[in-house]
Amino acid sequence: MSTPQPVRRLIQPGGGKIQPVRRLRTSPKGDRPSHRGRRLLILTGLTAALAAAILAGLALGSVRIPPSQVLDILTGRAEPSPFRTIVLDVRLPRVILGATVGAGLAVIGTVLQALVRNPLADPFLLGVSSGASVGAVSAIVLGGVFGLGAALSTAVTIPAASFVGALVSLALVYALARSGGGGFATGRLILAGVAVSYILTALTSLILVTADSADHLKEVLYWTLGGLGSARWDMLALPCVVLAVGTALLIALARPLDLLLVGEEGATVLGLDTARFRAAVFVLASLLTGVLVAYSGAIGFVGLMVPHAARLLVGAAHRPLLPVVALMGAVFLVVADLAARTVAAPQDIPVGVLTALTGGPFFLWLLRRGQSHEGMAT
Amino acid sequence: MTLRVENLGYRAPGGERLLDGVSLTVAEGETVGVVGPNGSGKTTLLRCVYGALTPAEGRVLLNGTDLAGLGAKARSRHIATVPQDGQAGFDLTVRQIVAMGRSPHKRFWEGDTERDDELVRGALGRVGAERLADRSFAALSGGERQRALVARALVQQSTVLILDEPTNHLDIRYQLEILSLVSGLGTTNLLALHDLNLAAYYCDRLYVLREGRPAASGTPKEVLTSEMLAEVYGVTAEVAVHPATGAPTVTYLPASR
Repeated sequence: MSTPQPVRRLIQPGGGKIQPVRRLRTSPKGDRPSHRGRRLLILTGLTAALAAAILAGLALGSVRIPPSQVLDILTGRAEPSPFRTIVLDVRLPRVILGATVGAGLAVIGTVLQALVRNPLADPFLLGVSSGASVGAVSAIVLGGVFGLGAALSTAVTIPAASFVGALVSLALVYALARSGGGGFATGRLILAGVAVSYILTALTSLILVTADSADHLKEVLYWTLGGLGSARWDMLALPCVVLAVGTALLIALARPLDLLLVGEEGATVLGLDTARFRAAVFVLASLLTGVLVAYSGAIGFVGLMVPHAARLLVGAAHRPLLPVVALMGAVFLVVADLAARTVAAPQDIPVGVLTALTGGPFFLWLLRRGQSHEGMAT
Repeated sequence: MTLRVENLGYRAPGGERLLDGVSLTVAEGETVGVVGPNGSGKTTLLRCVYGALTPAEGRVLLNGTDLAGLGAKARSRHIATVPQDGQAGFDLTVRQIVAMGRSPHKRFWEGDTERDDELVRGALGRVGAERLADRSFAALSGGERQRALVARALVQQSTVLILDEPTNHLDIRYQLEILSLVSGLGTTNLLALHDLNLAAYYCDRLYVLREGRPAASGTPKEVLTSEMLAEVYGVTAEVAVHPATGAPTVTYLPASR
């Protein structure tokens, strides 16, 4: 009888009690060394690229500062000067926010794509960012109405309202896009995302035009286009902490995220409580989107392009994928923001406009290519 | 481990009755086949057993324990499943897909160990798919995919195996190999099968379904008769015991001759 032994102990003939299985633990990772070496190389390369992008982000702009001087300022060896103020108080918070938002949006995109099993998902395209915007704008406007203008309360209420908006819109799109068999056809998904996105954007506009305080209008409008221009040191703590914790949690959840890729039924027979796990991912993704959008506005297509490129490098399994995605997203947005404030200097283009200009055509290409792939057809 | 299905009933979301009063038993180490025409409820029955559907009536018992009371994870440690259409929307390698079979034995944050890798390699070898290990699962042919999914069920190391049309898409050689492999494992096996001759040879007992209801059950010799084939399938056929295999073989006779 070749019945496997470890499993037999699980159900005792009488009691039917399940006992935890003790597992052999030989090595923490079963990867072959060649794969691990390659992955390490990719991560090192991306870290170096991020360092270079950050340095460029600090050195370039309306005022050019030599990189050597930037390094002196960063290491504290420079005398107080206007350059020092520009680097430390203007550009550095902006670059850090850019890296955080870029990493976060790319991670969210990856996770949403696993959730709907479709590589065309993105927080912007699925209307999640619009939901976050509605939340944030209502918090700003209502905050003005109820006199909650104090810095401390807005620092909490805007991201919180933004998170709720993101969660509601994600749940809505998910419910609408789900076709009979539990799958997500591309056409349905995009239509649901676009429709929800339109409704929510209209809602944002409605709140804005009916609001009494017109003085915020330009600021808010600029913010909804997606920009990093408002970055200040005192607003970095929350997005950085949420990004770090959220990404770490999602990397820890790599195994169940992988299971989502084989579909609901496949994941269930492999032991995943799909309803519960999906709810957890919904909340995590909405929390990340809500907090990031509250600070940067809705920046689109980062979550679409970056995961795609990262999968080409390390494949679709989430444990190796997510760190690569986060680093690539950070590099991408730091560079995109650098371009946004230099191409038309001294004009500061919202970075969301720039990512849409590059991401839109990419999306169309992906859509076109997808038509020849099975499983992605509408 | 004995699998018992008691008086199972299932209604489609539209209210249509897809399964009604189906009971069956698979004794420890037995290989039992479910046969029946298209739309007779074979897949629905299996999906109720492996937990993809929640039956409206009846129970599924494993050694007397009601599976409805177990979570997905506990259930998947006892029951490994090869569903009919395995798919992956993203580029995962065959090795990664097969390694997913270790998930029921893992906490969600745990990675794979050397031992898991060995199990994966061993299982791929048993289904003759070692050389597919690093290929993209999505790029495989239907038959290769099927073999990878059987390998995934093997690394799950469960005592009960459920296979929905495991020979679909397979070349005849692999149909025979997969069924010999599964029936030789010593596990408690429940299979939905299309091919009655394969069912007759590899299954200890058969259950016949018609329109979601039990139509016949027993050993292949008892079940596969000209009368049953005429009544359930609406075909004229002769059944003889094959001298070499000792199993009944069905020869279909064209109606208009």
